[in-house]
Amino acid sequence: MEQIIFYILAAIIVIATLFAITERHTVHAIVYLVTSFFALAVIFYLLGAPLVAVFEVIIYAGAIMVLFLFVIMMLDLGHPEKVSSPGWRDWWPATLLGGVLLAATVLLLTVPHAGPAGGGAIGVRDFARALFRQYGIAVEVISMQLLFALVGALYLGRRR
Amino acid sequence: MIVPLAHVLILAGIIFALGLACVIAWRTNVIMMLIGIEIMLNAAMLVAVGGSRLWGATDGQVFALMIMAMTSAEVSLALALVVYLHRRKKTVNADEFDSMKG
Repeated sequence: MEQIIFYILAAIIVIATLFAITERHTVHAIVYLVTSFFALAVIFYLLGAPLVAVFEVIIYAGAIMVLFLFVIMMLDLGHPEKVSSPGWRDWWPATLLGGVLLAATVLLLTVPHAGPAGGGAIGVRDFARALFRQYGIAVEVISMQLLFALVGALYLGRRR
Repeated sequence: MIVPLAHVLILAGIIFALGLACVIAWRTNVIMMLIGIEIMLNAAMLVAVGGSRLWGATDGQVFALMIMAMTSAEVSLALALVVYLHRRKKTVNADEFDSMKG
């Protein structure tokens, strides 16, 4: 059951991302991307990471994508006829490099590898303990980074 | 583990390749380049969470959370830069931003 859901969600992610990167209208691209992120959040939940799944929906689909939408609407970029869409000349290096990456990934299937036996599911309690005890310094560094990003964004966005 | 790790890695590889293709193909639009970077970071998070599930360790999930916090900082700065550049040149075409002012 969970396996079938995983593969369906994987197909949704790939198709939605494909539509997102070929869409000329940036707002449509972002809506496709939100779909993809929702499916990815469910995959995170299936992989035993409920907290990361919730944060994916709240922060990625909720905050970051809405930030993109804000900027697109503020700068009035939602006119696909003004955007120069990439032609075949732009797509072929992308296709080439993406194909190489995909070939390398598919090679993973052919190489048999015996991973260690799976550990149990990770509860929110274990997650929080690791986050704030073992990686407490990383949380502090990330908070400083967010503060610096805030100051930098304020500096760049000020009126002159 | 509901599916083999190889399948999770292949899915992450496909997503990463799509994000890379987005960045390379949309070289003329800064916003679409940023979207491509978001897609690639999501693929990295999927790898971290999959590994965390396989080994039953919390480190992968913590790292996914760190990536998310890092991304929100990066996107806020990058979009502030886009607003700044759009105010100067009235475009988001990356080819237009070719002059430096010392």
